[in-house]
Amino acid sequence: MRISPKLTVAGLLSFALAGSVLAASHAQMANEAAIKARQAHMSLYGFNMATLGGMAQGKIEYNADAAQAAASNIAALSALNQSAYWPQGSDSESSFDTAALPAIWENFSDVAAKGKALNEAAVAMEAVAGNGLEALQGAIRPLGGACGACHKTYRKPDS
Amino acid sequence: MMRLLRAALILVPLGLAIFWWITRPDPILAADIAALPADPEKGRAVFFAAGCAGCHAAPEATGEDFLKLAGGRQFPSDFGTFIAPNISPDPNFGIGKWTDAQIVTAIMKGVSPKGAHYYPAFPYGSYAKADPADILSLVAYMRTLPPVAVANQPHKVGFPFNIRRTLGVWKLLFQDEDWVMQDPENELQERGRYLVEALGHCAECHTPRNILGGLEKDSWMTGAPIPGKASGKTPGITPQKLDWTAADIAEYLKSGFTPTFDTAGGEMVTVIESTSRLTDEDRLAIATYIKALP
Repeated sequence: MRISPKLTVAGLLSFALAGSVLAASHAQMANEAAIKARQAHMSLYGFNMATLGGMAQGKIEYNADAAQAAASNIAALSALNQSAYWPQGSDSESSFDTAALPAIWENFSDVAAKGKALNEAAVAMEAVAGNGLEALQGAIRPLGGACGACHKTYRKPDS
Repeated sequence: MMRLLRAALILVPLGLAIFWWITRPDPILAADIAALPADPEKGRAVFFAAGCAGCHAAPEATGEDFLKLAGGRQFPSDFGTFIAPNISPDPNFGIGKWTDAQIVTAIMKGVSPKGAHYYPAFPYGSYAKADPADILSLVAYMRTLPPVAVANQPHKVGFPFNIRRTLGVWKLLFQDEDWVMQDPENELQERGRYLVEALGHCAECHTPRNILGGLEKDSWMTGAPIPGKASGKTPGITPQKLDWTAADIAEYLKSGFTPTFDTAGGEMVTVIESTSRLTDEDRLAIATYIKALP
């Protein structure tokens, strides 16, 4: 059987097209994985903040060991290298699964500065969380403020 | 043809005259407020309850910078981009030279010292419900804040919205000084109504608007699209849409923490910069009102 040049071209084109679709969906899967990873990271922040915040608000009884453990976890989390969490195209305009606004990728140096500020607030909390309820209460406001500084500019409101 | 022309010659000027009359600004006179007490300390509480700095301070301002009311923040909308003016007491760039009556008129009537209507991006529609003595105290407090020498920028608004007299029509259609929540059940709820509907102007963002930008009071506090943003909404805060307790709401307005220890995001971070400086009792009053919403 003789294969016509037309058919060959069409075949190659569809192969190339399939390839690019496949590549696109690969990139998308990688982005979805990164979105899941950073949301898991946020959940870990929240879980540990619930211990510190609960104590600060008097919802749970202060316990120095538990407070220290939660504060150290948050400090450790805030020191992790997150660069692979935020690939291009994993923003709220590209995926339904994330509230991460495209502004993050337009102002990466500001995001990094806010990440550094969070780390500093977390280290400050780690230093005092085991020293009594008052010390914890004094450090929780700057820590919550550092979380909120990013949520203010870079998280999409209720959608 | 002649008859038509003659009719037009009468009707058009008559129409313009009526338009001019019904859209005229309505200022508050010095005599109206002369007998009212002005207490800057009370005015400080009004300042944070009314969230003035949220729009008139720099977007990232916290701490003492939150009291520098230089303006300049941009507010995109369907009608154009509004730019917050300098309301610091600077005599040249701010409002230092304005009389008390002029400032109270601006806040409660949405009318400038020169007699022009302000755009309702400035929530005078809510502030109109305030107690004039509170606003006079607010003015006394604002005069104690640091002056900032920064010039105002013009709004970026196109035709026909750049004709200020059209705002007189807007006010006729949508300006309504009746309370939305009738018959509060107790004093705390009544205080909350004052803080939410008048000073706090919560509905300006949490209630949807019609095509002309008037609030849809039948959908009070049920959440709304965010002006100038392609996506994202302010959340509904009626009990049906938000299942937090009053204590949860009060705590959120104090520390920014949700009941699950997430933090506030978006514009609410700026709002909480103000509400965190209210008294616990006022925050509880706000929460009590919100819990009483239909």
